[in-house]
Amino acid sequence: MSTLSALRTAGPGTDRTLRRRRIRQNWGHPWLYLPLFGCLLLMVAPFLWMLSGSFKPEADIRRVPPVLVPTAPTLASYRQLFSSLDFTTMFANSVIVALAVTAGNLLFCSMLGYALAKLDFPGRRAVFSLVIGTLMVPGLVTFVPLYVLVANMKLTGSLLGLILPFLAAPFGVFLMRQFISTLPDELIDAARVDGCRELAIYWKIILPLARPALATLGIITFLGSWNNFLWPLVVAQNADQYTLPVGLALASSGQDFTRFGVLLAGAVIVLLPVMVVFLLFQRHFVAGIATTGLK
Amino acid sequence: MTSMSTKTLPGRGDTHEPTAAQPDRSAGRRRLAVRSTARGRQTRAAWILAAPFLALFLAFMLLPVVWSLLMSLTDTQSADLRTPLNVSFTGFDTYVRLFEDEQFVHALRNTAVFVLVGLPLTLATGLAAAVALNSGIGRFRAVFRVGFYLPVITSVVAIAVVWKTLLEPRAGLVNTVLGWFGIDGPAWLADTRFALPVMIVMAVWRNLGTVMIIMLAGLQSVPQSLMEAAELDGAGAWQRFWRVTFPLLRPALLLTAVTTGIGYLQFFDEPFVMTDGGPLDSTLSATMYAYNQFGNGNYDVASAAGYVVFVLIIALTVLQFRVLRDKD
Repeated sequence: MSTLSALRTAGPGTDRTLRRRRIRQNWGHPWLYLPLFGCLLLMVAPFLWMLSGSFKPEADIRRVPPVLVPTAPTLASYRQLFSSLDFTTMFANSVIVALAVTAGNLLFCSMLGYALAKLDFPGRRAVFSLVIGTLMVPGLVTFVPLYVLVANMKLTGSLLGLILPFLAAPFGVFLMRQFISTLPDELIDAARVDGCRELAIYWKIILPLARPALATLGIITFLGSWNNFLWPLVVAQNADQYTLPVGLALASSGQDFTRFGVLLAGAVIVLLPVMVVFLLFQRHFVAGIATTGLK
Repeated sequence: MTSMSTKTLPGRGDTHEPTAAQPDRSAGRRRLAVRSTARGRQTRAAWILAAPFLALFLAFMLLPVVWSLLMSLTDTQSADLRTPLNVSFTGFDTYVRLFEDEQFVHALRNTAVFVLVGLPLTLATGLAAAVALNSGIGRFRAVFRVGFYLPVITSVVAIAVVWKTLLEPRAGLVNTVLGWFGIDGPAWLADTRFALPVMIVMAVWRNLGTVMIIMLAGLQSVPQSLMEAAELDGAGAWQRFWRVTFPLLRPALLLTAVTTGIGYLQFFDEPFVMTDGGPLDSTLSATMYAYNQFGNGNYDVASAAGYVVFVLIIALTVLQFRVLRDKD
């Protein structure tokens, strides 16, 4: 932004164009407001419907024509959700799996990312192409052998089976390498001259500097794990290993689907933590995507 | 060595350019000296740093990829896994059988429709949203960014549940609104003509936020000076977009086209939750087909279907690189 305003004052614009540009930056083109707010409504309508439905008494949800604002708001759906579907366990499972997967990816991907970005070692190119080459492999190709593997390790009955295969993902290496290569080599050289050991450079210099990229990778991994569906569906064998999406999907295909309110309340619960994470870290998210996407 | 001096911290800009030349040269000399003595230590550190990732990667990525290929080339059934040496090599038989199975061909066709219609729609709407937000909305930009991005971060299962209630033929909101205009809405997900189009619309609605947010970052990195120069040269808004902005967005467009395309080829969660592939297989995707075969214990067929999708992903990605990469 500072270069932008500097350009503007140095540029050849007259007072009038300057003022016009400032107005445009604050208010945009007002004639675009109507269609854009219409689109915004289309984007968020399902969420409003979900939110209002989760607070409606069951009879209200199926009323024709539908009522948008609940006439007699009730928490009955939420109460039923937590008592009948064992949502507390599923919620805890989702949190444990997502946090473990995120921690693993942050650590392992940043380690390899640093080595690939800044360390000169034989095999560097081969490792990089191997890891990046698998970015395209669809989950569909690996999931049958993965299932057999995890079943042979006797992990289908535990949360570890949901966590282990996702602890290290190629995308994270790509993102970390991209970011760490933008850090100046001089920092690392100076640390070496000062007698800093190689692994300490990673821990004390690179990790703190890579915080924006770590935040991005953290959010992406957390969201991905939180919303992951196919793998937990295949591996989780008992209700006490279900994650939220699995529990919700099974509930929606079973008899519970007659109870719309419970499902909508479940959808709200699945969405809430994700919304909080996204709103807290939005800035990092966009910045990180820009680093990986545009260079 | 000269390339080093152009590397700067992001955001530091070009302000230190005149002072940087002197210290940089001495840093270069120092680096040479350090490198020759510390090479071995660097190599060892690199492999220590790489080892944990590579171990997990080997076990849970490379091994399954190879194993899956072997499964698709043998007659592996789930029952054989306790005695894996009993399976026999069948070559490409499984693939031949796969393409003779009308259900799989039908699933492939659905997947193709999904990619060929859904992908361009997602890219176009996402780009349009980004351009509109970048120019037309001023202070409200943050609200729109969150609103358009909300579907992306939501679990597909939660979304599918909500849409299922919205599209409910009698009491759903969609048919009620259509009713206000005197239109008798169809049964949507229970209607073979509408089920797949509905899912495409749903996927576009869900994914355009990804394209938008990446394009928005791209648009904001377009140097203002370039736009001003073009404006001075008399280029109109339309020309400025196609001649200046769009070429700069190409890497971002390529990235989103590739990742979205890979996602659409593996289309699974929506049909699984909403229709189970029906009605009459009209929403059955290749991934759903593989999942069903896996469930029936036909591991060879499921793996072969996975490899067919893999080949399609490679083909689509190569094509996109051909079309969208910078021409120079």
